[in-house]
Amino acid sequence: MLEIKNLHASIEGKEILKGIDLHVKAGEIHAIMGPNGSGKSTLAAAIAGRDIVEITEGEIIYIGENLKDMNPEERARKGLFLGFQYPVEIPGVSIVNFMKTAINENRKFKGLEPISASEFLKLMNEKQELVGLHSKLTNRSVNEGFSGGEKKRNEIFQMAMLEPLLAILDETDSGLDIDAMKIVANGVNKLKRSDNATILITHYQRLLDFVIPDFVHVLYKGRIVKSSGKELALELEEKGYEWIEEEV
Amino acid sequence: MNLLTSDTVIKQQIIDQFEKHADELNKGSGSQINRFRKQALNDFNRLGIPTTKNENYRYTPVDRFLHGNYDLELLANPFRINLEDVFKCNIPELDTDVLLILNGFYYGSERQLNLPDGVIICSLNEASQRYPDIFNAHYSKYADTATDGLVAMNTLFARDGIFVYLPEDTELNRPLQIINLTYSFNNLRITRRNLVVAGKNAKAGIVICDHSLCEQSYHINSLSEICLGDHAHIDYARIQNENNLSAQINNVFVNQQANSHFNSHIITLHAGLSRNNFYVKLRDPYCECNLYGLFLCDGNQHVANYTLMNHDSPNCLSNQLFKGILDDEATGTFNGKIFVRQDAQKTRAYQRNNNILLSSSAKMNSKPHLEIYADDVKCSHGATTGQLDNEALFYMRTRGIGVNEARHLLMYAFANEIVSEISVDVLRERIIELIDKRLRGELSRCNNCDIHCIP
Repeated sequence: MLEIKNLHASIEGKEILKGIDLHVKAGEIHAIMGPNGSGKSTLAAAIAGRDIVEITEGEIIYIGENLKDMNPEERARKGLFLGFQYPVEIPGVSIVNFMKTAINENRKFKGLEPISASEFLKLMNEKQELVGLHSKLTNRSVNEGFSGGEKKRNEIFQMAMLEPLLAILDETDSGLDIDAMKIVANGVNKLKRSDNATILITHYQRLLDFVIPDFVHVLYKGRIVKSSGKELALELEEKGYEWIEEEV
Repeated sequence: MNLLTSDTVIKQQIIDQFEKHADELNKGSGSQINRFRKQALNDFNRLGIPTTKNENYRYTPVDRFLHGNYDLELLANPFRINLEDVFKCNIPELDTDVLLILNGFYYGSERQLNLPDGVIICSLNEASQRYPDIFNAHYSKYADTATDGLVAMNTLFARDGIFVYLPEDTELNRPLQIINLTYSFNNLRITRRNLVVAGKNAKAGIVICDHSLCEQSYHINSLSEICLGDHAHIDYARIQNENNLSAQINNVFVNQQANSHFNSHIITLHAGLSRNNFYVKLRDPYCECNLYGLFLCDGNQHVANYTLMNHDSPNCLSNQLFKGILDDEATGTFNGKIFVRQDAQKTRAYQRNNNILLSSSAKMNSKPHLEIYADDVKCSHGATTGQLDNEALFYMRTRGIGVNEARHLLMYAFANEIVSEISVDVLRERIIELIDKRLRGELSRCNNCDIHCIP
C-alpha cells in the first residue's frame, strides 16, 4: 500500500529525513517511535503533502502512484488520512459543515452524488458514538476551545467518517489521560480492516498497550535505525532512547 | 491635473451646477427643504470636497471618483418598472413591505403597504409639505453641514428620498424594504435624503438594498437622519450591490434617546467606491448601539467605513465590528472613533476591525481610536489584517477538501461573524446566499441585470 524508498526531505533547507525506507501492506499496523526531533512529524507531513516539506531525494509510492506532484486533497481523496499532533482550530466553521464538505468533496471525486441529509445525520451519529464525541461538540467550530482530549477524539471521529485506506496518526496519544487513550485506541481497533492500514507515530509505548502493532520502527536522526515486532516497543520503554543512541 | 487643483475644480463644477439649477430645485421641493440650502452652500463653499489631506478621508480619495461630468436629475423619472421583475434579481421572497427609490426619487410601491395606524411612510418631499411639524422638528437637526463638505453637498441638493414616521408605541408588522435603484443612460449625480423618526417605544426593521440597473458611472450622495425616541428599537440592514463605476457616499446620523436600541448591518458586496460614515449620538442614558459591517471587494474597488460613536451620557453600550475581505488591487479603510464624554460614566464601548487580504497588492488602512474623558468605563479597540490561515487550509485539504473550497469555507466563516448577528431570519439567510455567491464570484452577473429587469 505504501512504499517509501530512500526518502530525503528538508524543511527550509535543513535536511530532516536522511534516507527512510518503509513498507506498509494492507491489514497492517505500524508504529513509528523515536525521540523528539527525530523527524517523526516531518515524515507524516511528507506523506500528507505539506508544502513546507521539500523532498530532495527518494520517493513515496502510495497504492502504486508516486505522490510527488499530488496535492494534499487528492491524496486524501485517494484514502490517505493524517491525524494531526496539533489539530488546527477553525473559528466559524462547524464540525457538521466541515465534515459534510469533506464527505461531499470525496464523493464528488468518486463521481457520487452529494450525501443526503438523513444519510449524513445517520453517519454522524454512528461515528460519534464510536469515538465518544459528545454531540454538543459537533455544532461547535472545528476544534475551537476544545480540550486536548476533545481535539484528539475529533481527529479519530474524522477518520471514522472518512474511512481512509491509510491513516497516519501523529502523536494522537499525546496529552491524553488513560480513559481518553482507551477511546482513541478503541476507535483505531474498530476501524481496522483487512484492506486498510495504520501508521501510529508515538513517543511513548503507552498507546501500544491498547493498539497492538505488527511492526515497530525506531526513527532516530532522520533514519529508521531499528525495525522489529511489537516487543521492540517494550524494550524501548524499558531502556529508553539512550539505548538506541548507544546501539547506533 | 494634480490633486490640489482637481478638488477645487470639482467643487466649482458642483457649485456651478447648483447655481444653474437652483430655481428648478427650489420649485420642485418644499420650502422646509429649501430653507437649508443657503447655509449648505456657504458650508460647501468653505469645506469643498474632502481630500486625502483631511484626516478622516486620508485613505479615501473621494475626488478621484467625483471628477468628470455628471448630469443632475431634477425631476422624478417617469418610466415605470415592473417591481416583480426587479425582485427576481436579488432578494426574492423576502416578507417585507417594499418601496422603491429611483435615482434618488421616491417611487413608492405597486402594492398596498400594510401599515399600523398612525405610521407614515412617504416621499421626503411630500412629508416636508404635508407633515411640517414632524418634519421641521427633525430635518437637518442631526446632520451638521458645517462638519463635512459632503454633508453640506447633500443638504444643498436635497430634493427627495424616503420619510418614515412611527408614532409612540407602534411597531411595523414586517420589515420595510427600501430598494434604491439607479437607472440611467448618462453619467448621473444623485442626491438622496432620508428621514426616519421613531417615537417612544416604537419598533421597526428597515432593510435597504442599493442596486444598479445600469452600467453607467454615477455618484450618489446619500444621507439619512435617524432619530430614536425613548425605548425605540430599530434594526437597520443595508446591502450594497452597485456597479464598478459607481461612487456612493452614505452618511448616516443616528440620534438616540434614553433606553433606545439601534442595530445596523452594512454589507458591501459590490461598489466602485463605497464610503459609509456613521455618526451616532448616544444622547441619553441606557442606550445601546451596534454597528456591524462586512465588505467584500476586488478589482479596483474601494470600501471605506467611518464611525464616530459619541457617548454623551452614562450607562450606554456600543459595539462596532467591521470586517473586510480584499482581493486584487482593492483598497479599504476603517476609521472608527469612540468618544466618551466626561459625564458618560459606566460606558461600555467596544470596537474591532478584522481584515483578510487575498492578494499581495490589496491594501487596508485601519485606524481604530478611542478618546475617553470619563474614568469609570470599559472600552476596547483593535484591528488585525492578515491572510487566510495556511494551517487551517492544509488541515482541510488533508480531509479531501479542495483548496478553493477550503478558502471559501474560511472566508465564509470570517464573514459569518457579522451575518449571524442579523436578527431577521429570512434576511440573514438571503444575505448568506448573496455572500456565498459573491465569494464564489458569481454575483457580478447581477450587475448586468438591467437587460432582464427593465421591460
